[in-house]
Amino acid sequence: MRFDGDPTWLDNPVITQGLPTALWETLAMTAGSALITAVLGVVVGVLLHNSSPGGVNPQPALHRVLGAVVNVGRSLPFLILMIAIIPITRFIAGTTVGWRAMIVPLTVGAVPFFARLVETSLREVSSGKVEAATMMGATRWDVTRKVLLPEALPGIVAGLTTTVIALIGYSAMAGAVGGGGLGATAMSYGYNRFQTDVMIAAVVLLVVVVQLVQVVGDRVARAVDHR
Amino acid sequence: MVEQSSAGTALAVRDLTKVFDARGTRVTALDAVSLTVPRGEIHGIVGRSGAGKSTLIRCLTGLESPTSGEVVVAGEDITALRGAELRAARRRFGVVYQHANLLDSRTAADNIALPLEVAGWDKADRDARVTELLDLVGLTDRAGNHPGQLSGGQQQRVGIARALAARPEILLCDEPTSALDAATTGSILALLRELRDRLGITVVIITHEPSVVREICDAVTLLGDGAVVEQGRLSEVIADPTTRLHRELIPLVEPATDGLVRLQVALGHPDSTVGSIDGIIALLRHEGIEADVAAATVETIAGRRVGRLLVELADATTTDRARDLLEQARLHPEVAA
Repeated sequence: MRFDGDPTWLDNPVITQGLPTALWETLAMTAGSALITAVLGVVVGVLLHNSSPGGVNPQPALHRVLGAVVNVGRSLPFLILMIAIIPITRFIAGTTVGWRAMIVPLTVGAVPFFARLVETSLREVSSGKVEAATMMGATRWDVTRKVLLPEALPGIVAGLTTTVIALIGYSAMAGAVGGGGLGATAMSYGYNRFQTDVMIAAVVLLVVVVQLVQVVGDRVARAVDHR
Repeated sequence: MVEQSSAGTALAVRDLTKVFDARGTRVTALDAVSLTVPRGEIHGIVGRSGAGKSTLIRCLTGLESPTSGEVVVAGEDITALRGAELRAARRRFGVVYQHANLLDSRTAADNIALPLEVAGWDKADRDARVTELLDLVGLTDRAGNHPGQLSGGQQQRVGIARALAARPEILLCDEPTSALDAATTGSILALLRELRDRLGITVVIITHEPSVVREICDAVTLLGDGAVVEQGRLSEVIADPTTRLHRELIPLVEPATDGLVRLQVALGHPDSTVGSIDGIIALLRHEGIEADVAAATVETIAGRRVGRLLVELADATTTDRARDLLEQARLHPEVAA
């Protein structure tokens, strides 16, 4: 409970000491899961695209199975997914609390999302470019590595930006069930103990982080776009 | 150029047939197409959309397997090849596309280097070859530009350099100038002719533009409904007034009919006894037939003066006499009404 006379804003130790730690935890779990998601999402996205009927290596069975798995991953609300995979989290991370453990559900939640964005970007690469490379005697691996991925890079970067921002949102949810970070702080002090100053500070920090990610993502996407 | 053709056959297509079976409906896209292209020759393949041009090019390059028939490049039938052998055979073709199909992620120089990377050339050899090719197509100062920073004509020059990079035997051009304006088309065609003259490369051009055939082809194949309709050396095909190519390659703008009798005649056939517009009018006037030229197209194609003209008669009663005279001179008259 909050009492009149409790220190607020910069006199409040929750803000001066708790928030910096929480911010670091949020950034750490977002960055950790974003890195793994970037790698796995590109792999799954490429598999989805290349195995599709118009892809460089059509594999209808693989495409259907992979598509179904991705759809299941995407249709589960993150909160439920996080709880449902607790055994897996414990198996991989050894624990289910703390920001390190949270990287597991965050990654599992984000990979299907990002993989679909990667697939869409790859599909937008004109078939003429793929045909031109095929006519040079390129293998499917050459086509993927030298044509599809570089040509889709601006779209993939934009997709990763969107994914990272979604991860920041998920991380706040993860915090609410023991994951730490800004979400946990806002929940336990801002909400449960009515410390409005903490709530406002946490929200401002989240907004600033999201803005920074968007600005950096846009810049990188522009830098790699030569169209 | 014709002399060089004795050096051998670069490409031979024999009875190429492609039948698409779409849910029980059989569509014959290519019907026993045969053609032979001697080394160093520029061969045009023309036809309206749907005539089978695209299917032919896809079968030539192994993107589509023909139902039957052979595509022989340098003595090897490539329709039977798969996997690594097919990939190696594809390097005998350099393909130039309508919309260059360059990679936006790569500079002009790196686009030209792509086929060399795929073929496993090492970096030093690639760089030397790219420098040489940029010079060949006149884009040395554009090496570091991305396609988005180049004009349509420059992009097509990069496309041609890329097609030539891995030293193919045949340059296959799929509507190479259809997306370009007239002046740029002229410069790209001049470049293709120059490349043939300098490198002795064989060129196959698929096009729907008669001007492309008129300007650079040595021989031509007209496709219609998947089959060869007409085929031969350009100079012969174009001078023969009975061919469809004669009419398509020598377009005649016909004025509106106003009751006067007009005779269409063909100029330039080797059997004709009269070879000029003046000669035709003089021939008629000599017999007392008053005539004038209402429309004419005369060009010098493949070294031969060829053309079509509409001769207008002042007096309709002289029609039969005029036609007989022109017929005797082997000018293939037709009453155009």
